[in-house]
Amino acid sequence: MAPRKPTDTDKARTLEQLLATKEIAISCGSGGVGKTTTAAAAAAMASVHLGGKVLVLTVDPAKRLANALGLERFGNTETQVPPSAFAAAGVEPRGELWAAMLDTKQSWDDLVRRHAPDAKTKDAILANSIYQNISGRFVQSHDYIAMERLYEIHTAGTYDLIVVDTPPTRNAMDFLEAPERMSDFFSSKLLRWLTAPSKNRVMSLASKPFYTVADRILGSQFLEDIAEFFTLFQSMAPGFVERADAVSRTLGDKRTTFLVVSTLEAAPLDEAEFFIGALEERKLHLGALILNKVLPSYLRRTASTPVAKKLISDPGSVSPALADLAEPADVERVLSTIGESFLNYQVVAKREAEQRAGLASSPEVVAAVPYFDADIHNLGGLLALGEKIWR
Amino acid sequence: MVPLLDRKLLFVTGKGGVGKSTIAASLALLAAEQGKKTLVCEVDAKGNLADFYEAGETSFAARELQPNLWAMSMNTEESLKEYLSLQLKIPFVAKIGPIARTFDFIANAAPGVKEILTIGKLTYEVRERNYDLVIVDSVASGHIVGQLTAPTGINELVQVGLVRNQTQWMMDILNDPAQTGVVIVSAPEEMPVAETIELAQRLDAETDIDLAAVIVNRVLPELFTEREEALFEAMRTPRKIDAISKAVGGAVKPVFDAAELAVTLRRTRAGHLATLREGLDPMLPMMFVPYLFTRTHGARATRRVAELLGEEL
Repeated sequence: MAPRKPTDTDKARTLEQLLATKEIAISCGSGGVGKTTTAAAAAAMASVHLGGKVLVLTVDPAKRLANALGLERFGNTETQVPPSAFAAAGVEPRGELWAAMLDTKQSWDDLVRRHAPDAKTKDAILANSIYQNISGRFVQSHDYIAMERLYEIHTAGTYDLIVVDTPPTRNAMDFLEAPERMSDFFSSKLLRWLTAPSKNRVMSLASKPFYTVADRILGSQFLEDIAEFFTLFQSMAPGFVERADAVSRTLGDKRTTFLVVSTLEAAPLDEAEFFIGALEERKLHLGALILNKVLPSYLRRTASTPVAKKLISDPGSVSPALADLAEPADVERVLSTIGESFLNYQVVAKREAEQRAGLASSPEVVAAVPYFDADIHNLGGLLALGEKIWR
Repeated sequence: MVPLLDRKLLFVTGKGGVGKSTIAASLALLAAEQGKKTLVCEVDAKGNLADFYEAGETSFAARELQPNLWAMSMNTEESLKEYLSLQLKIPFVAKIGPIARTFDFIANAAPGVKEILTIGKLTYEVRERNYDLVIVDSVASGHIVGQLTAPTGINELVQVGLVRNQTQWMMDILNDPAQTGVVIVSAPEEMPVAETIELAQRLDAETDIDLAAVIVNRVLPELFTEREEALFEAMRTPRKIDAISKAVGGAVKPVFDAAELAVTLRRTRAGHLATLREGLDPMLPMMFVPYLFTRTHGARATRRVAELLGEEL
């Protein structure tokens, strides 16, 4: 047989082809659509079929998923999923699967330790109450730190492929913008104003109305606290800005791709479409759209509709064939319930199909994962899900 | 315990994807139709609250969608302007300029600023008795504790100033179970159940705010009794399937497969529901909204859920 002619475009047609050419895959989508599980399944499949060292970096996995990956401790340490877990699933992987969970607080502390100019500043920042508030609770800090960790691990060059699960955000866009925002923030006028010697600040005519109002609302002590915190932070600004820009570049790198995950419900799908638009606008690589919890296609078969209706309207025509099983009344009740249930699910399956057809733009790879009726408890379950999206 | 809709301020939260906004919109519709002047406020800036009523866009200024039902969406910058003009008597047109420009940075940098402006506006509406009931389509369960404890946090961080004085009355309203309650929307699936239990524990441990109810959305109907299920299993042998197909004049296997799927889904979910019950205070009111096998998700679905909630209450 003649060798297959290489195509002029290198577009991937399957998740396998896509991940074979990428070093970073970022799984994103709205809450509750199975982002984390999808990321873990894709990473597991890559370690089995593509080989090399594969890392899945998750944010807040279900306990069961953590167990499935053999992760017992939460923390930033990367742990190898034991080969025994693969053996138990009856699989011999070509590569290694590693997993880590993001510890936001610890990551922030590490970042401060790395960028603080001296030990004194470092200790002062770590002890500052506003810093503790921001690093521990501040929602947006999660977005930034996830991307920051990704950058750090990627540049260390330890892994062939890193699959990242993004944190639950109010808006899927937040983490895309987080590095820019961080960089903007450090070069902002406000920061310069806040960190200017306070004498100048009060005297400065331009800022006086603001200061007066801010003082009346927040109280001068709080403003001073903020100023102190930012003064400390300012000492790390050059390192931070450079770093945030590098993180930004990583997201746009050729070796990075995005996996948009959704279900076929209206709200998550709207968000997925919005997100796909945002990726295009930013010229980021949309690799795959993964649709989770898709109802089986047999539910949409129109030929089955009259059959189901007949079971409801005329179960008596069937009960003689089942006379050996139970009383006709019982048989008929069960038959009409079966028919009604089919019609119910058919409505949902058709609605899903319409939603899917309504998707405006499509990425290179679209994969649908059927409704898994049982939860995933081990690596075998994860790989079974992975099989559905891999080829 | 104070009946749910007799409170003044309800925060509706839940894990993403469970139908939190549907429930908030339906509770508000239900309250309004019971004759309560109701404000429903969308906090997450997704701007899709209006979709649940199909009644046009909402904005910071509340708008009456139908008798007794008012809707608004939170905008912290607008909230700050309103606060300044109300509390400080500042003619804000003149002096708001520098604030508006730097507001985003301040709000992103100083912890709790956005949260306090959100909570402040909502509790203000309650304090002024502008409505009988304020229902908040709140942030998701991961962020709600941070939002609800903002007044306490600010109170600790800010030693003097107007904001500190203001936080006390907010806390008084929030911490009074006769006025304020949290409603967690859940679904009979693994992660929503785990998050609901965790949030219930965090509300108890980290706040003084009352958990008013858990509403479980998308509960699948029980298809068969145990005896019927045994009968269903007996019908599923290849020979019986053939016989039934002949009798109805068409392939019956897909129809039976669908019933099998429904039974399995229901069974998995029943397990999650049991976990939820075990993980919550037995005294806590729980309500169940069945899965709606409908085509739409607009005003019709909101009304349907409101009717079902009305039966549960």
